[in-house]
Amino acid sequence: MTPALEVQRLHRTFGALPVTRDVDLVLEKGARRALIGPNGAGKTTLINLITGALKPQSGRVLLDGEDITATSQAERARRGLARTFQINQLFRGLTVLENLCMTVGERDGHCNNLWRAAGAKRAVIDEALDYLDTLNLTGDALRPVRELPYGRQRLVEIAIALAQKPRVLLLDEPAAGVPSSESHLILDAVAALDRDIAILIIEHDMDVVFRFAKEITVLVQGAVFTQGTPEEIMNNEHVRAVYLGEDSHRGGRRG
Amino acid sequence: MPQLANIAVSILFDGLAYAMFLFITSVGLSVTMGLMGFVNLAHGAFAMCGGFFVVSLTRTLGVGFVPSLVIASLAVGAISIPFERYLYRRLYKSTDLEQVLLTIGLAFMAIATFTYFYGPIPKSVPLPAWLQGDVNLGFRSFPSYRAFLIVLGAALISVLWYAFEQTNIGAKIRAAVDNRRMAESVGINVDRLFTLTFAVGSGLAALGGGLAIQLFGLTPSFAVIYLVLFLIVVAVGGLGSLKGTLLAALVLGIFDTTGKYLMADAGGFFIYAVVVVVLLIKPAGFYGRE
Amino acid sequence: MAASETRTAAGQAARDRAAEFLVRRHRFRWPEALPWLIAIAAFFVFSDRMTFGSQVLIGVMFALSLDLILGYAGIVTLGHAAFFGIGAYVVGLSAARFGWSEPISGVVAAAVVAGLAGFASGWFLLLYRGLTLLMLTLATAIMLQEAGNLRSDISGGYDGLPGLTFQPLFGVFDYDLYGHTYYLYVLAVLAVIFYFVRRIVYSPFGQALTGIRENVQRMHAIGSPVHRRLVTVYTIAAAIAGIAGALFTQTNAYVTLTVFDFDNSAKVMVMLILGGTGRLYGAFVGATVYMVLEDYFSKLSPTFWQFGIGLLLVLAVLFARRGLLGLLEQADAGWRRRSKP
Repeated sequence: MTPALEVQRLHRTFGALPVTRDVDLVLEKGARRALIGPNGAGKTTLINLITGALKPQSGRVLLDGEDITATSQAERARRGLARTFQINQLFRGLTVLENLCMTVGERDGHCNNLWRAAGAKRAVIDEALDYLDTLNLTGDALRPVRELPYGRQRLVEIAIALAQKPRVLLLDEPAAGVPSSESHLILDAVAALDRDIAILIIEHDMDVVFRFAKEITVLVQGAVFTQGTPEEIMNNEHVRAVYLGEDSHRGGRRG
Repeated sequence: MPQLANIAVSILFDGLAYAMFLFITSVGLSVTMGLMGFVNLAHGAFAMCGGFFVVSLTRTLGVGFVPSLVIASLAVGAISIPFERYLYRRLYKSTDLEQVLLTIGLAFMAIATFTYFYGPIPKSVPLPAWLQGDVNLGFRSFPSYRAFLIVLGAALISVLWYAFEQTNIGAKIRAAVDNRRMAESVGINVDRLFTLTFAVGSGLAALGGGLAIQLFGLTPSFAVIYLVLFLIVVAVGGLGSLKGTLLAALVLGIFDTTGKYLMADAGGFFIYAVVVVVLLIKPAGFYGRE
Repeated sequence: MAASETRTAAGQAARDRAAEFLVRRHRFRWPEALPWLIAIAAFFVFSDRMTFGSQVLIGVMFALSLDLILGYAGIVTLGHAAFFGIGAYVVGLSAARFGWSEPISGVVAAAVVAGLAGFASGWFLLLYRGLTLLMLTLATAIMLQEAGNLRSDISGGYDGLPGLTFQPLFGVFDYDLYGHTYYLYVLAVLAVIFYFVRRIVYSPFGQALTGIRENVQRMHAIGSPVHRRLVTVYTIAAAIAGIAGALFTQTNAYVTLTVFDFDNSAKVMVMLILGGTGRLYGAFVGATVYMVLEDYFSKLSPTFWQFGIGLLLVLAVLFARRGLLGLLEQADAGWRRRSKP
């Protein structure tokens, strides 16, 4: 069966420094894979390469078997590849509801319309509200995003990714900055996602990783260090050595 | 000398002199824009101020031309410091548009003020004897003033090059232009660096303004008319790059001079066509970073 | 989603409130009639200043076109006067060189040509941002002006195309000495254009423009065809600026290369900042205030006017970033806060 996302020998340097070294990665349909690694390992860079925000020097990216290496970031998003950013990238001056309506509108082509009023298509607004409901954001629907505390803004970030109805979802530290009282909302929302969506999540919090992931890829200095199931990774001495200094399986939380 | 070669040499010479003027006046703008990302459209006004200081020093106070240049540069450099500290600094985090509007507003105020005190009639400046007339280099003669400009330019370039590439401060500036956050995290005081760079850049602009009097005449509108030129030198050369500014000044200076020599009416057209072509191919300029 | 079944009555009410806000947003509110009432009132109150009045309306139109790209899409350009100039010269040249002097078709032609120019230049230029775009737009506008100067035999150069005459509107309404007919003509065109601009701004497309302005990286990430959207709005804005230019030539019966001046690009930006960007009516407020002040002060003393405008800009950036309309909004919000128990 064709994997939902496949990365083949992806390679990227910044000047003389290789930041992504011949990375191979496969996400089957319905995958629940975590990408872990020490700081500076190049995890976000890999996400940027997969989404098209960065161009690789060599290697390929395939979405559902189709080579998308040459397509733009927006085109990949239209084909079902969604991501969240490590630091929120939201429309801060707009309300939460508008953020979501914009996403839904761009997805279904509603935003090509210059003539009818934005509020005229009730279906778009309803769908946007549904996503807000899932993340308990309905009360904040009419508040400008910049007025929300950072943790709740993070929820909006997730909502936008969900509103894209992706086939492949790349989450860059989704719980970072979210107060522990609310982080379950994110994880619940991710857990409730369609079984068929392939998800790759960058996380430092090992509790989250072990709760969520069925497979783990460990990235060190831009290269794939090892891959395996959570049990295999946890018992791997080399991984523990590489991670020494980070709060990992001792149950600590990051950030 | 054969006729064609003679014309070519003249064009080259004049172009070089013009390029030196462009470099001296624009280098400060390039480094400050590259360092702080601050769009300073009042840069031309600093040049204009320098020019008028030189006019007053020479005409009213009888100071010599070259000493006036030095005094005016130092004065404007010093005056620019409170501007940076108390006004510009508030806008470092603002949008490009806001910086553009604030500095254009300052430029307008400066032009109006100087028009009030000096009037709109173009000013000239009395030159010492050794800068008037021609200097004979053996195979032919060249206008002394332009020769002076070229020599001065070359000297300044060497000094700046040395300062930029070989000194500690130069290294810090280059680091901060390259990656400001990283520079701050290794302990470089970027704010103080910027004040220094800004003062030197404004001082150089004032020098350029003083030198321009003999080339173009000086009116208060100089501040915006030539601003366009400085901006395109900076854009074409690449922000924050000494090499880039020099190369851009040379290319644009010589192209413009050639254009004006060969087609007096359309001269202006070529320099802008060059700008468009360069920017379409290399949007960050010759030595800019994306 | 299973959420709909477990939604409480309060939850549903919150949803409806939120939805209602968006649904009603584009509806006309009565203060929107004010600028038009004022414009009509001016026709009677200042009936001897109607030639100036037409220029103010043209300024409003020009500023409105810039607001689309600057205020809504967030594109900073220094060459918008190019499209104004193109429109002005389409009308001027067709009247002077081809004897075509029917005003309305002239305006339409100007819109088409300026729009095409916007499309062609926008396609390339909008691949760039920041300083690069600033310089490219500036350089293109100057090149256009220099090209006109090169062939001043065609364009009339800086002396201009003199003695243009235009046919009466619809064959009936002729230009009168006090500019009455033309004021109403320009007002009518402005009203039509404004109707279209308003629709665009409140449409999903307009929403996308705001998104591009607020966070272009996010727009790419959600699949928005950013470049296509920018070129579309740039083309429309160019066409409107072209119409403003066309009306300029018609109302002045004269046009020179100074229409391409960088000064004009700068002036229209100042007008917009004064009024407030991204607010539809900022163009009205800003252009009117600017032109009235300019008319008064520059006659008094051009130097004083220049100083005043510079000072106004500095103060606006420091204290009134959102322009006069922004100040009004702040005052309004403050009043509301204070009047709450």
